[in-house]
Amino acid sequence: MFNAKIYISLKEGVSDPQGVTIKHALDSLGYKGVKKVKTGKYLQVELEINDKERVKEEIEDMCKKILVNPVIENYTYKIEEIKE
Amino acid sequence: MKFGVVVFPGSNCDYDCWWAIKKVTGEKVDFIWHKEENIEEFDCIVLPGGFSYGDYLRAGAIARFSPVMRKVKEFAQKGGLVIGICNGFQILLEAGLLPGAMRKNKNLLFICKYTYIKVENNLTPFTKLFKKGEVAKIPIAHFEGNYYVDEKTLSEMKKNNQIIFRYCNKEGKITEDSNPNGSVEAIAGICNKGKNVLGMMPHPERCSEAILGSEDGKLIWESIKISLAKERAERIK
Repeated sequence: MFNAKIYISLKEGVSDPQGVTIKHALDSLGYKGVKKVKTGKYLQVELEINDKERVKEEIEDMCKKILVNPVIENYTYKIEEIKE
Repeated sequence: MKFGVVVFPGSNCDYDCWWAIKKVTGEKVDFIWHKEENIEEFDCIVLPGGFSYGDYLRAGAIARFSPVMRKVKEFAQKGGLVIGICNGFQILLEAGLLPGAMRKNKNLLFICKYTYIKVENNLTPFTKLFKKGEVAKIPIAHFEGNYYVDEKTLSEMKKNNQIIFRYCNKEGKITEDSNPNGSVEAIAGICNKGKNVLGMMPHPERCSEAILGSEDGKLIWESIKISLAKERAERIK
């Protein structure tokens, strides 16, 4: 069994109004030196597949097909083995 | 002539579309459940507004994999008329039938109000009864209508006259204040290259009767009707 942790964020240049709003909130709470806040999505996918390479292929395929919109989003992921 | 309104789990403007089409065109119109795989009887497919699949993941991201969408894609590729309104527009973007993507509104609010849009291209099957530059009063109701497209694609779209509607003020001027959601170049509606697939955030079905405060949406249904009638006449010839 493997667990894939997928991080999805907006591409550079795509406006992120939530990030901007959160940054304003941090500024007004007195946190100095906050340059930028970017929001994104975090997904965890558990797979009952025993081959790490295959897990990677599956996750890539899922990201490209549905989980990520390549027009505005980027993604990275980590794959960890689940020890039973 | 028959219109088909696709119903996804979470569609909520399906009945409004059905009603407006029936009332304005007087033509046949039926619902199409999203699991349907035979849409041969239809001449125009409507993807209505709403919150298909609860807008989970991204608006339209899951609906695009409904069985009916494979058929809608084939239908569009053969030149069939497809109009996506609001969530329907989002689904067309996710399905890759139209270029670009939707972001959350710039002000992070769900916006539900009347807006004005300018008809930038009246040489499409959906807009032929409008004058070029005509201003229509038509409501929006969405949270993710902040249209985004990269510059390269945008310039191609401009070259092909694929920008169909822009948000404007009452006088038809495009100003920062008249852009309700932050869309790139105040874009409210676009077409594919073939001009047979239209996506628009404003809701023509909500302004197709005087009692609703505007009848400007009628021209879209009437344009489609005339286009289909002409297409049929040519086929018979």
